[in-house]
Amino acid sequence: MAAPKTPVTLPDYQVERIGSQIAEGETIKSARPHALSDAIFNYCPGCTHGIVNRLVAEVIDELGIEGKTVGIAPVGCSVMAYDFFNCDMIEAAHGRAPAVATGVKRVHPDNVVFAYQGDGDLASIGTAETVHAATRGEKITVIFINNAIYGMTGGQMAPTSLPNQVTQTSPYGRDVSKVGYPVRIAELLSTLDGVAYVERVTCDSRQHIIQAKKAIKKAFQNQIDGIGYSLVEVVATCPTNWGMTPQGAFQWLRENMLPYYPLGVYKDVVADGFANAAEAALERAKDCPIAQQGKEA
Amino acid sequence: MAEEFNHELLCVLSGFGGQGLLFAGKVLANTGLIDGRHVSWMPSYGPEMRGGTANCSVSLSDDAIGSPFITRPTALIAMNQPSVEKFAASVQAGGTIVIDTTLAMDGAAGVQLADDVKVIAFKATEMAEAAGLKGLANIICLGRLWAETHFCTREVLDAALAKCVPAKKQHLLEPNRKALQMGIDLAQ
Amino acid sequence: MADNTQAQERVLMKGNEVLAEAAMRAGCRFFFGYPITPQTELAAYMAKKLPLIGGTFLQAESEIAAINMVYGAAAAGARVMTSSSSPGVSLKGEGVSYMAGADVPGVIVNVERGGPGLGGIQPSQSDYFQATRALGHGDFYMPVLAPSTVQEMADLIYLAFDLADEYRTPAMILADGMIGQMMEPVTLPPERDPKTLPAKPWATSGHKGERAHNVVNSLYLSPEKLEQTNFERFERYAEIKEKHQRQELMFCDDAEIVVVAFGAASRIARTAVRDARAKGIKVGLLRPITLWPFPTKAIDQVIANGAKRFLSVELNMGQMVEDVRLAANGRAEVSFYGRTGGVLPTPEEVLVQIEKLAEDMERGE
Repeated sequence: MAAPKTPVTLPDYQVERIGSQIAEGETIKSARPHALSDAIFNYCPGCTHGIVNRLVAEVIDELGIEGKTVGIAPVGCSVMAYDFFNCDMIEAAHGRAPAVATGVKRVHPDNVVFAYQGDGDLASIGTAETVHAATRGEKITVIFINNAIYGMTGGQMAPTSLPNQVTQTSPYGRDVSKVGYPVRIAELLSTLDGVAYVERVTCDSRQHIIQAKKAIKKAFQNQIDGIGYSLVEVVATCPTNWGMTPQGAFQWLRENMLPYYPLGVYKDVVADGFANAAEAALERAKDCPIAQQGKEA
Repeated sequence: MAEEFNHELLCVLSGFGGQGLLFAGKVLANTGLIDGRHVSWMPSYGPEMRGGTANCSVSLSDDAIGSPFITRPTALIAMNQPSVEKFAASVQAGGTIVIDTTLAMDGAAGVQLADDVKVIAFKATEMAEAAGLKGLANIICLGRLWAETHFCTREVLDAALAKCVPAKKQHLLEPNRKALQMGIDLAQ
Repeated sequence: MADNTQAQERVLMKGNEVLAEAAMRAGCRFFFGYPITPQTELAAYMAKKLPLIGGTFLQAESEIAAINMVYGAAAAGARVMTSSSSPGVSLKGEGVSYMAGADVPGVIVNVERGGPGLGGIQPSQSDYFQATRALGHGDFYMPVLAPSTVQEMADLIYLAFDLADEYRTPAMILADGMIGQMMEPVTLPPERDPKTLPAKPWATSGHKGERAHNVVNSLYLSPEKLEQTNFERFERYAEIKEKHQRQELMFCDDAEIVVVAFGAASRIARTAVRDARAKGIKVGLLRPITLWPFPTKAIDQVIANGAKRFLSVELNMGQMVEDVRLAANGRAEVSFYGRTGGVLPTPEEVLVQIEKLAEDMERGE
């Protein structure tokens, strides 16, 4: 495996909150959000997980919800996420984070519950849990990291690996005639009535990171407002397992990932003029009498 | 009632799904509950529930009950021919078989019965319909069995029947009572 | 366990429904499950009743999702359960292992049917190994309680919730299609006062800025740490073994032959033992109520009382017999009789086995 040679540079941007460990008079460009613990990330250089972990923590800080947030960590490269956040955390079995999140949310509807999952976790072994949590309209927030590969196990084909992409288990390239096509989660979930909001973002530039954070914040705010299930898909890199430098990986992402996984909002019931997912679902099924029962009540 | 109180009843009730045999079994089981006896009610379950034969085993005893599945019944209510064929031969010596010959037209003919087994055969379903008690042949059969075996007092039997008719279906209590009486009167 | 101020009325109910009703009375307000015969009445009862008392019934997309919902709800501090039958319980193995590894309490019901594979739907005890040897991967056990009457369905699920909370462990009710489907009179336990439920300071319900954040986790990448957590868990197991072995003994004071049987099989064995006593055979019945911990002390006791032979009667090809043999540890001969696939032995069949053992002993074999 080619080791990444150049460290990735995190973008500079101001945050409102300043950590207590900052000395007086020091210039602050980027303080550690309170919702991030002191643990040191174990992500590879150039990996997008670190950026997204941080964005989630910033959002938790900005919304002031750390004390009522419960996060669900997946199995995969972000398995140790339970160590990285200062809110209560649960480590789930591979793919089961949406089911675990459902359990927590049903017990404590006032908690803010988020699942943080990678592509193998969310779109392969956990597809059933993902689709059903979404279609049930669980009022949870899901952050989905799509880097088109299994990172932690060393670079196998993921459900989102691109056609012809070479991985350890598709050494001749992903042959779609034999193993089929990548799963496009944002598109798939946007068809489900239980879903309030789905957006696909990426983190390859300062501008895109700002957009990613806006999306993540909205996905949390939707939960606080009881609007419905929200998912943000982050098209991400895996320089280590792609065998590229971090910059090379971002370049490959722009050239190959983004055309296959176009960025944008796939569903937003509020933007469509509905109060929540339930109202939008009712309207979609307006010609189905049984689905309209109890509408007036 | 001065009749002898029968201290152990091992009864199989069998027929088609929809003939009300599980309900009749519940009435039987409730007599034991009211009397403070040991009781078990065991239904057949699974694919048989879906339109095939339905049967249940009801044990009333003054001792703890072992298996709730009855292999050697002391009483049998059979409302179709397959039930006669399946269970009649297993009835213990001295036992009682009530057969509704509306559907089990051959009765117990051709079945090798144990000694002194009393077979009581009559067209319960036809009788029920003629009396405006459609669907209550099960209770007629139960009444007839009670008249033969006196597994509890009449008061307890009536109370058990009342207990089994759900609150929402109280209009069915009177027809059920009539059917029970009809079955009991058959013994005269 | 329960206060006796409420009316203790005897009612006639199905075993599966009693499990549900007693669980709610024990303070369970969350149920996650998936339909399967022969336990479906339990879920149906929960679906009807839980919403009326402010609880949540959720039919999950799979058994796997259901047990992971249980894991989440339990991590959040709730009394929670799931139920299934044999093939579905296999799917729950993953989640149960995580619950054990993360020290999260919850109750799992298995109303067993015949196997392996899709098997059948008639009563069986062929999941004894699965239940008592840890359902799922890893070094763990969980309390396994085996009701033999509808009354015990109520009593033991109540106990299962308490054991689960006290020892922070999943706990299982291992029933079967017979006990699940049958109706018997039952006196239901009183409603548990929620204020008497144990506090769960470890639960992940939001730290509210009042404590350090809680983590519910079963991952330990340091072998030493993982070993240490396993050591600590096994100390709890040792305490459970010491304090919570349960069994019923019948005619065991002078028994030379002891039939060991649990659940449905014990009901059949009871009749056979009684009939054998009537024939003058010195036989007793040892009915394990806890399958894990296995009642080894009771085995010791009946051996001390003079038992020379054990006969394990099961609805499988011989599983608990291994625990009987381990507990007897060469001090008595152990044999097995069972039927499988949903076939039940008759009391007469068991009586024949007892008589054979008695004859063997008379001949000095």
